[in-house]
Amino acid sequence: MKKTIETDLLVVGGGAAGLCAAAEAAGAGAKVTVIESDLHPGGQLVKQTHKFFGSKDEYAGTRGYKIADILLDEIASLGDKVEIRTNTTVTGYYPEEGIFTAMKGEEEYYRIKAKKTVVATGAQERLIPFPNNDLPGVYGAGAVQTLMNVYGVVPGKKVVMVGAGNIGLIVSYQLRQAGVEIAAIVEAMPKIGGYWVHAAKIRRLGIPILLRHTIVEAVGDKVIEGAVIQELNDKFQLIGEPTKIDCDVICMAVGLTPTTELFWQAGAKMQYCPQLCGHVPFRDNTMRTSNPDIWVAGDASGIEEASAAMVEGRIAGFSAAKALGCKVKEGSFKEYWTRLDHLRAGEVGEKIRGGICQVLVDGWEA
Amino acid sequence: MGCTCNSNDKEKLFCSGVLVENRPGAILPPQEAWEKKKGGYVVIECPQRIPCNPCATSCPTGAVKPFVDINDVPSIDYEKCTGCGLCVAKCPGLACFVIDLTYSADEAVIKLPYELEPKPVKGQKVKCLNRVGEEVSEGEVYTVTEPLKDQTTVVSVVIPKKLVGEIRAIKVVC
Repeated sequence: MKKTIETDLLVVGGGAAGLCAAAEAAGAGAKVTVIESDLHPGGQLVKQTHKFFGSKDEYAGTRGYKIADILLDEIASLGDKVEIRTNTTVTGYYPEEGIFTAMKGEEEYYRIKAKKTVVATGAQERLIPFPNNDLPGVYGAGAVQTLMNVYGVVPGKKVVMVGAGNIGLIVSYQLRQAGVEIAAIVEAMPKIGGYWVHAAKIRRLGIPILLRHTIVEAVGDKVIEGAVIQELNDKFQLIGEPTKIDCDVICMAVGLTPTTELFWQAGAKMQYCPQLCGHVPFRDNTMRTSNPDIWVAGDASGIEEASAAMVEGRIAGFSAAKALGCKVKEGSFKEYWTRLDHLRAGEVGEKIRGGICQVLVDGWEA
Repeated sequence: MGCTCNSNDKEKLFCSGVLVENRPGAILPPQEAWEKKKGGYVVIECPQRIPCNPCATSCPTGAVKPFVDINDVPSIDYEKCTGCGLCVAKCPGLACFVIDLTYSADEAVIKLPYELEPKPVKGQKVKCLNRVGEEVSEGEVYTVTEPLKDQTTVVSVVIPKKLVGEIRAIKVVC
């Protein structure tokens, strides 16, 4: 390992939060390097063919993949301030030397030395255990979206969707748009977890949502031939008779958990927070973690909507740039927080607010 | 909560995304004015407080009242609604419709958002679906537009007037 690159601000993750952090910091004059493990930047945005919610400031009414283009245009307009390195994974952080290690493809390794870092590593999908869940045809919802919306490949003909959060509802709609039949959406909770309007638009296409139901088994020899589902009581115990539904795809949309390995390696103070869906770093209102050189933004700080991730990215990018001595527009910080507070103000933001108050600190001691 | 079985079933349907009765954010226009209003009135079905406001910010006349809080559910000033249908095209939740009751004695026109293939064409007969996707009648496509050129088509369909409270989607069969 000989090569070391140097940058003012390293942004780990080129998704919604990371691109916003990069754009914000570069806009203030910082030299930014974005490391993205995928072949192209944009993160989950590039798979989102539906129009986003929120306000104009978060591009409401614009389709997700177009938002990725808007952010990349903003970054391109900043000239050579931002370098985006795709197909590159940050593999570790060595706090003694303040060095990140990175791997391009599977062969080229190098080190990155950054004055400041924003970790916007996003999230990973959860799975639930059931017999035969390793059969071909059991997909995570993210994989289904990648296949369909990035590569134009449908995953199968008939799907049982597990989970009626926003991802399960949206991916069901996208599958239907691609001409794939949704046999049913099963949801263990007594109500859908995603936005009601997302559910309404697929219900009126005749897609059933079975509340208080779960998958108990995948059926098939070499590939999926069906899913066995069963009803749950209010203690989440199985009741009633198991029912087999014919399908060739079982799509899991049962939640996400923050990707936090780098924070652990950096020795950042962490907390398990169920409302934020896993372990997350403590942060102050600039999104700085207990490690004075590392900020967090997006799903890595707690699972939330992309609209919030983008604003958090702005806050982290702003703050890291300020810490670098760049000239920032002071009013922006307050404006971003106002937007974030509005996004989280409603009933659906209640859980997030409850989680954030457990991990938000007034400030870090110098 | 001490509900009767019937209201339990209704609540369960609502919790799975089916509107079962008017509630804030999902209210029908005043009947008398509605029946006379050429161009129709907007009908929005968005009963959950979520952080989203394009219906209000895209409304050219302020008929979808400006939100105080971005989590507000939409409310309508019917005096200002022209039935233009911009919100139908803009709403990310596909929750806005325009229903014109003046088309004929027993027919109405519903403008609804449509993002599937195949696209319908003017004059085509389509199946009309209720809120759980059941075919409840046939309708004739009156216009097909793409107001915002963003791949959300707004389709106007002539439907039986007695079903304006039920029909919320179409199925295009070739």
